[in-house]
Amino acid sequence: MASRTFETAAGPRSEDALPASATSAVKIVIVGGFGVGKTTLVRSVSEIRPLTTEETMTEASAGVDDLAGVERKSMTTVAMDFGRISLNDELVLYLFGTPGQQRFWFLWNGLFEGALGAVVLVDTRRLEASFDVLGRLEESQTPFVVAVNAFDEAPSYTDGELREALDLTDEVPLMACDARNRESSKGVLLALMQYLHSLAMTSEAT
Amino acid sequence: MTQVGEDWDEGGPERLYVLTGGRSGFDETGLDLVTLIVSRTPPQIGMQPEHESILRVCASPLSVVEISAHLKLPVSIVSVLLADLLAEERVEARAPAPALPDIDIIKAVIHGLQNL
Repeated sequence: MASRTFETAAGPRSEDALPASATSAVKIVIVGGFGVGKTTLVRSVSEIRPLTTEETMTEASAGVDDLAGVERKSMTTVAMDFGRISLNDELVLYLFGTPGQQRFWFLWNGLFEGALGAVVLVDTRRLEASFDVLGRLEESQTPFVVAVNAFDEAPSYTDGELREALDLTDEVPLMACDARNRESSKGVLLALMQYLHSLAMTSEAT
Repeated sequence: MTQVGEDWDEGGPERLYVLTGGRSGFDETGLDLVTLIVSRTPPQIGMQPEHESILRVCASPLSVVEISAHLKLPVSIVSVLLADLLAEERVEARAPAPALPDIDIIKAVIHGLQNL
């Protein structure tokens, strides 16, 4: 039987402590299907080993998804992984990986409010896993970029084919990435930020 | 189903109910996942262990979601515990950066990422 005590609850390692001058934080959400590489991307750029926060799904889920057929009201624990980047002495960036399927949207409470934007991570073997989330982001007017994580055995498509399959407008940045690679993941985050920069400049100009 | 005599589930709803005195709510507290929390006082003898843990891990600034991960408690529960500590002025909350589009924040993030 578990006998965790709070006296021994692990805190952050001393080398992971933020400076006392840290005054504000921003967040970017990495969203995509299972196994698409969300946590891999977070890990490749995070200054801390990715952490996990768990929420319990108590809603009866029968008929909605793979949990259909489970007779009693189930308690499902869903984990959300996240990492951190100290941008300077005051500003901290948090990166959250969250599943994109509609049945996990309850996790998004508080996640997208105030978020800078989102990276939709796509596996070309399972494009349909991204449909729900793309629609939802457009609806909520959350700015996003689409990054195709390069899996060796995955089919490759031209940008035009992908835009058509995902119903992306020309404005939405679309790029390939290797989530295991730090520079590549950093490039995706920068692409999102530069997109936000251009959107902000456009809205200021009007 | 929980039956009398069955092992107490560490993460189960009954335990969480006890920790918060039955309160719930992330939205009411005004805390964001990335609100930074800093302790203003050291832990004191006789405090609820979860409050004590929060004061200890927040010796340096720590976001609400990191507290949740380190204490292995859901964010909703941590928020309620933090509301207690905020009311008693035992912790300080540093709100997230203001809503976008804020060109200065965007530039700071771009600059920070480029320097990684």
